[in-house]
Amino acid sequence: MTRVTASPPIARPRVERHATGAEAESPHPVKIATERVSLFYGGKQALHDVTLDIGSNQVTALIGPSGCGKSTYLRTLNRMNDIVPKTRIAGRVTLDGADIYAAGVDVVALRRRVGMVFQRSNPFPKSNFDNVAYGIRVNRLASSRGDLRERVEASLRRAALWDEVKDRLHESALALSGGQQQRLCIARALAVQPDVLLMDEPASALDPIATQRIEELIYELKRDYTIVIVTHNMQQAARVSDVTAFFWLGKLVEVAPTEQLFTNPREKLTDDYVTGRFG
Amino acid sequence: MKIDRVALTSARRRSVNVLMLGSTALCAALTVAALAFVLGYLVYQGGSSLNLAFFTRLPTPVGEPGGGMANALLGSAKLLLLAALVGVPLGFMAGLYIAEFASPGPAFALRYATDLLNGVPSIVIGIVAYTLVVLPMHHFSTIAGGVALAIMMVPVTVRGTEEFLRAVPPSLREASLALGATRWITIARVVVPAASRGILTAVMLGLARVAGETAPLLFTALNNRFWSHGWTEPTASLPVMIFTYAIAPYDDWHRQAWAAALVLLALVLTANVAARVMVRRPAVSPG
Repeated sequence: MTRVTASPPIARPRVERHATGAEAESPHPVKIATERVSLFYGGKQALHDVTLDIGSNQVTALIGPSGCGKSTYLRTLNRMNDIVPKTRIAGRVTLDGADIYAAGVDVVALRRRVGMVFQRSNPFPKSNFDNVAYGIRVNRLASSRGDLRERVEASLRRAALWDEVKDRLHESALALSGGQQQRLCIARALAVQPDVLLMDEPASALDPIATQRIEELIYELKRDYTIVIVTHNMQQAARVSDVTAFFWLGKLVEVAPTEQLFTNPREKLTDDYVTGRFG
Repeated sequence: MKIDRVALTSARRRSVNVLMLGSTALCAALTVAALAFVLGYLVYQGGSSLNLAFFTRLPTPVGEPGGGMANALLGSAKLLLLAALVGVPLGFMAGLYIAEFASPGPAFALRYATDLLNGVPSIVIGIVAYTLVVLPMHHFSTIAGGVALAIMMVPVTVRGTEEFLRAVPPSLREASLALGATRWITIARVVVPAASRGILTAVMLGLARVAGETAPLLFTALNNRFWSHGWTEPTASLPVMIFTYAIAPYDDWHRQAWAAALVLLALVLTANVAARVMVRRPAVSPG
């Protein structure tokens, strides 16, 4: 459990849009905006009035102690919480200005635009090729077999995995190492050409070298994708992200450009967390 | 106040230990011995009557030596094929429903009903098939026997399907849904393929079990001393043939019954071992 040395009052998250660098004229216009999002699992409230703008083509890191709601928040962005029974959501989540919880929104189409990589690599028990081809096939994106092959190759190259698997495309993905499996999952997510990539602690189960490769990849990918990453690892957040949001007990405490949040946070609670006084 | 001293060695404790260890080990050994005895006795009794003719020839009339049980082998194969064709799709779809779609209440009720059906004595299932198929058709047939065995296959398939579908990690479903796959596509292309080998194993074990069933066939498929043509004639089957030959008063029939029992057991054991090996192989599905 979280141990708090002092119990500072939790300030209401004052989200200053200027602070995130997500102004309209900036190179990072708002891609996803959440306004006063609350989420309930049955009677338990997991998110409290989270208001946060996520700028495009940059990496937004969500940090905070276990159970603080950062993963739950991430999963509201592609409506993965929908598959958990008895979940209820209040507030507004928009993707390019469109409400993704509005009636008539096609969840399947949403998830094509907002891809996801999970904490533990979860390749299908199929071949490497079929793993990456899966999303292309179920969404009928390829016009021919040649097109399918090209898309698979492009995705694997994008995920920096092509050279390692090009000679074993038709072998089982389960034979890959943990780090390779995770990059395969990234390639699989990229194959459906999403705008946004959600990553839920993508490197937490990996060794340092594999982690470094994933981080380099994230750095590469942000040119073309909007990335939101949940991480337990504050060094990782500091290394890979442009903007960091600190969650605590289901609330967004502070969001700021990463360097500012780590060196000069506005809230004492943030300071205590990033300096390792609790969590 | 008197203080009890705990003895460092206790003859009583040691003897109880030896007794319990000995008796449980003995019972375990007897269990294995039962299988070994059955196998050994079958090989001893049936092995000598087993020859090519057994697999290729029809039974001979009483008193005439030789002959075989080719018709019973084919009959059993046809019955099992029918049982699989009818019982497996039915059980598979029902299992899919319970595992993937039913809410907890109905799922519990269905599971319970399936277990009850599994516990219905096979002779009763024979009577049901007799009423449903034999009476309307006015004669015994392969179809009637197949239906009886199919009813027995259903619960086995339902529970196997459900169990192995539930064992598919939720992370695979999430991965598929997150890629923009619908629920149906996720089930059809990820969940069922991931569980397919387990389900197939359950089906093979089920078939191996019903292959030896005699009671449901006695008044559905009946028996036949000749080839059974098509699906609407009575047919011989290995279990019923064993039963008929074993209670007959002729020595060479007894020997043939032993041979048939040996063949039946060999087939069932082979299916069992194959199923176990299949489920243990690492999960790699071809691309």
